[in-house]
Formats: sequence, C-alpha cells, structure tokens
Amino acid sequence: MSDTRDWPLYEIFIRARGGLDHKHVGSVHAADATMAIEHARDVYTRRMEGISIWAVRATDITASDPAESDALFEPARDKIYRHPTFYDIPKEVETL
Amino acid sequence: MNAAIAVPPPDARVRYLLRLADTSLVLGQRLGEWIGHAPAIEEDLGLANTALDLMGLARLLLAYAGELEGRGRDEDALAFLREEPEYLNATLAEQPNGDFGDTIVRQYLLDAYRLELLERLAGSADGRLAAIAAKAAKEARYHVRYSGGWLVRLGDGTAESHARVQGSLERLWPLTRELFDADEIDRAMAEAGIAPDLGEVATAWSRRVDATLREATLARPKDTPYLWYGKQGRHSEHLGYLLADLQYLQRAHPGASW
Amino acid sequence: MYTQGLNEQTGRPVAAEATEDEARLRAFQARIDAEEKIEPKDWMPDAYRQTLIRQISQHAHSEIVGMLPEGNWITRAPSLMRKSILIAKVQDEGGHGAYLYSAAETLGVSRAELIDQLLSGRAKYSSIFNYPTLSWADVGAIGWLVDGAAIMNQIPLCRCSYGPYARAMIRICKEESFHQRQGYDIMLKLARGTAAQRRMAQDALDRWWWPSLMMFGPPDAASMHTAHSVRWKIKRFTNDELRQKFVDFTVPQAKFLGLNVPDPALRWDAEAGMHRYGEIDWTEFNQVLKGHGPCNRERLAERRAAHEDGRWVREAAAAHAAKHGARAAA
Repeated sequence: MSDTRDWPLYEIFIRARGGLDHKHVGSVHAADATMAIEHARDVYTRRMEGISIWAVRATDITASDPAESDALFEPARDKIYRHPTFYDIPKEVETL
Repeated sequence: MNAAIAVPPPDARVRYLLRLADTSLVLGQRLGEWIGHAPAIEEDLGLANTALDLMGLARLLLAYAGELEGRGRDEDALAFLREEPEYLNATLAEQPNGDFGDTIVRQYLLDAYRLELLERLAGSADGRLAAIAAKAAKEARYHVRYSGGWLVRLGDGTAESHARVQGSLERLWPLTRELFDADEIDRAMAEAGIAPDLGEVATAWSRRVDATLREATLARPKDTPYLWYGKQGRHSEHLGYLLADLQYLQRAHPGASW
Repeated sequence: MYTQGLNEQTGRPVAAEATEDEARLRAFQARIDAEEKIEPKDWMPDAYRQTLIRQISQHAHSEIVGMLPEGNWITRAPSLMRKSILIAKVQDEGGHGAYLYSAAETLGVSRAELIDQLLSGRAKYSSIFNYPTLSWADVGAIGWLVDGAAIMNQIPLCRCSYGPYARAMIRICKEESFHQRQGYDIMLKLARGTAAQRRMAQDALDRWWWPSLMMFGPPDAASMHTAHSVRWKIKRFTNDELRQKFVDFTVPQAKFLGLNVPDPALRWDAEAGMHRYGEIDWTEFNQVLKGHGPCNRERLAERRAAHEDGRWVREAAAAHAAKHGARAAA
C-alpha cells in the first residue's frame, strides 16, 4: 500500500451540509496536511458537495478486523430490551 | 461626491475594465494549457479550478465592458475579435507556462496583486464593479493560498527546486513593475473612487510577497527598468500566439454561432 | 468513463485459485449472491482481487489518458462559455481518475505502481482515446457518443459487488450525464449552424461512430472474462447487450440532428423491436489495442512527459513536508 514514490495517502471525510456528520468519501495523495485539504476540495467538492473537510493520514486510522465482527457486534443482537418496541404499553397510557 | 471630481469618460472606464478582464482571461487561458499535464492528478484539478474562476471573472467583466461601451459587443466579440494592441492585460499574465515553477511564480505574483486589488475594488464607487470584485476576491483568497503554498514548497523543498524557482522569480520579477506603474487611466479611476490608489496596492502586495518569499527561503529580486506595457496594448511576443489559438475558430468561421 | 471491453483484452483469464479454501470461497459466493457488498478488509479470493485491480486501474488510466484528446481543444474552444464547460469536463475526468485510483488502492496496490504500469505500456486503457480530435465537432461527438457509451457501461457498475468501486461509480455516473448533454448540445448547435459546421458535425460522427461501438468490447462469443465477472457481480450485462442498447438509444438522436450514421447496413427491425447494425471491424480494434492506433504513441508520450516533468515538483513537496513536519506548509 505505502509506496515512497507516492505522496502519503489521506482519507477524506466531508460534511455535506450544516447539521450532518462528516462522511467518508475516498482518499487523496498529498505531501502535507494543507495540501490534503486543497486536494480534497478540488477532487471531492467541485459541485458544492461539502462545507467542511477532514483529512486523516490513512496510516493513522485503526480499523476493526472483519474476522472479529462476530465477537464485536454479535453480542448487541440479542439485547432486544434496549429498543422501545420491546415494551407493550397499554393504549390508554399516552405520551410515553 | 465632490463636484470637482469629474466622472471619467466611458472610454477610460471601458479600458480599465478591459485591463482587469483581459488579465483574467489570458491567465485563465494559460492555466487551461496545463490540464492533463500537471505533476499530479490532483494538481490538474487544482489548476483547472483556478482557470475556471478566472474565466468566470473575465466573462463578467467583459460583459460589463461591452455594455458600457454601447457598441453591441458581447463577451465573445470582445474576447475573440480584438487584436493584440487592443488587448489590455498585464504582460506578466501572457508569459508562457514554462515549467511548474514558472507557472507558480507567475500565478503567485499575480494572485497576490489580484487579491489586494479586488479587495479594494469591492469598495468601488462603481456598484457593479464592486459586486463583481467582492465575489472574485473570495476566489482570489483561495488562489493565493494555493499558489503561495506551492511557492513555499518549491522554494524550501529540494536544492533543485529552490534553484529552479529562484530562477523563475528572477525572470518574471521585472514584469511586476507594470502592475503598479499608474498611468493616466489608473489615476483617473482612483480619483473617481472607482479603483484604489495603485501605490497603496503596491505596498500591500510588497508586504504580502515579502512574507511568502521569506517563508519560501527565496530572495526578492532587485527592481529593474521595464519597457513593455501590456495594459496599454504594448505586449511581449507571446500574446500573438496565445490569441491565434484562442480566436482561431471565430476567425475561421465569421458570424457562426457555437 | 470507459471501462468495458478492456478487461477482456489483457491476456490470460484469471483462474479462481484451486488452493483457496473451499469453504471460504463458498461463503464468499454466498455473500455475493445475497447482494452483500464486499469491503476492503473482507476476505476475498485472490482472483477476485486481481480482476478488480485490473479493471479499476484500467478504468482509471482511461480517464487520465482521456483528458488529452479533449484537452487538446481547451485553448481553441469557440466561446468563453464553451471553454469553461470544456475545462470543467476535462477536470471531471481527472477527478474520475482520482476516485478510481483511490478505489483501486483499497485493494492493496499503490498508485505509483499503477501509474508505472500505464507509462511502461503494461496496462491498457480504453482504445477510443487513441483516435485524434481533429475539429471542434469531435469534442461534441466525444461527449455525445463516447460518454454516452461510457454511461451505458457504467450504470450497472454502480451495483458492482465491491463497495469502494460501486461508490466511486455512483459519484462518476452522477457527473457523467453533464458530459453527455454538453456533447449533444455542441452537436445540436453545429447541426443547426452553417454548412461548414454541419460538415464538421457529420465528419465527426463518421469518425467516432464505429470506435464508439467498439468501446463495448469484443462480441460475447469471443469475450474471455465475462462468465467470471458476471458470477462475481463485477459485471452485470454482456458486451453485446450493452452495445445493442447504445445503438437503439443513439440512432434516433442522430436522426434528430439530421446526421447520417455511417453504416449502410443499419435498419430498424420492427419484429425484434431493435436496430440491426453492420459488421464491426475487429481487425482495426485489435490493431489499435496492440498499439497501432493513430495516437497510441503520442498519448503515452504525453503522459510520460507530464510524469517526468513533474518529478522534481513532487520531490520538492515531499522534501518540504519532511523538513517541516507534514502539518506545516503554506
């Protein structure tokens, strides 16, 4: 992945509009962080797709391992009592 | 407004607008030549964005100049059917792209000038020009950030890049003199409150450029005498070729619409 | 733009590794069959990875080389509006190249490596860009026909099983329809213009029609990778299906322009509800593919020059970042 002939890879996150989260859109190569923001602007916001950009060195991202998905995410599956629909409330009880 | 200040004749105002428009158009045309040939794909996109801003500004100014002139010439008539001496861009803008360093130096020196000028034009007594300039100043702030960032990287990069870009600076520096050398039109516009005093623009430009050159570890070249005045229609040899490309189709098919 | 018909051409089909764990392969295929997306860190068969790297990078190369023929007309565009549109369009192609290299890199290959493959002539790009742009009408014809063919190819790729590729394609397809429309708009103006402009438009259609049909790749019978790619949901329609659709869409558009499609065998088959078209010259296709097209050498030489001329610039930026910490600059 890392090839010293390339400028480092930055992952790019963009906030499309006020009130929304930053969302991953892809990556750019850049020599430094300032350039990464400029490249992200030119590559990913040519059509007003964003109002804010985050650039993160790809090597600084720690990701979960898909092989561990079961261990990480399965345990949440049977906790159905966390969801409001789990509870049967009599119709007569309002605003709950 | 002070009654003693004469409103400049329309002809002078048209010529002033054409200076701004042509500098933008010619510089945009030059940047357009880069697309597909830049040092990295992302730079192709960056140079193209600046070219698009410059074209957009040129079109607004040409349209305005055409209306003020009142001879029925629209943006394309003005862009495609004037000859070299009628083009009033700064000579610096028409200089060939050279290598990426030459382009960045030309761009930075002009971007810094354009920013200082446009920010002041945003307060012009000419309301329409003020509105156009206010929009363009926002774009120019980004242009300066881009070209200034590159000037610093190249100046303070490798020994090779430093030497190259110092060379570009020496070659292009003499052409900056024209930008601040106020002539009759510049003075008339300043007196009428349409344009800022060029001396003031020069001071602000100098301060900005010096700071960037320092960061880029580049030496400011000495000021030297200079003879070409593109803004008065006296150009370098390069403009003729640029216009030959730019105007070819309109000249080859007179009256056709595209 | 422009991907299909590439993959088929570059040498040996990639055989699914017999050594890959059978159970994992079955589980992988089950995910594909269930229309699940495969993401970068997921396990995938090596053949799937290699097929994608090749297809995505060839697609990226095509976008980058594709900047040249149209870029050729930026300085000569006939109005300031057309010039701005063309700059934006060619810029988009660079952007598409960037999205696609970015998607390819998620598969564990570096951009430098991919660019090496292009510049050394080992990687292919769409042959259509080895034809010259001789008049302004060619800019119109490329937008209308070449981008039109590309859209046909690309819409199904938005549903490709590999997540990053599918997402890049969604972004690209959104932008591509501007490209096709501006091309047709140029053709419309020319078709309704002077006699010289109409001649220019007809000449462009004459030269770009057949190469556009070739963009869909060889006939299904001769296509090497289709079965595999279809099973993995990298590809969802065959070359001939897409080509037919393109012809059916485009012929009426040409008629509206008052231009003649340069195919004497072209006719409407009312019974089948489709156009029948003449024999495609696959000898020409293969020649261009092997490097003997009108502009193969020029296009690659131009890309190599840009890369070489930019080396000192890329090195300077890296050196500056090394001196000042990656956060500095400007």
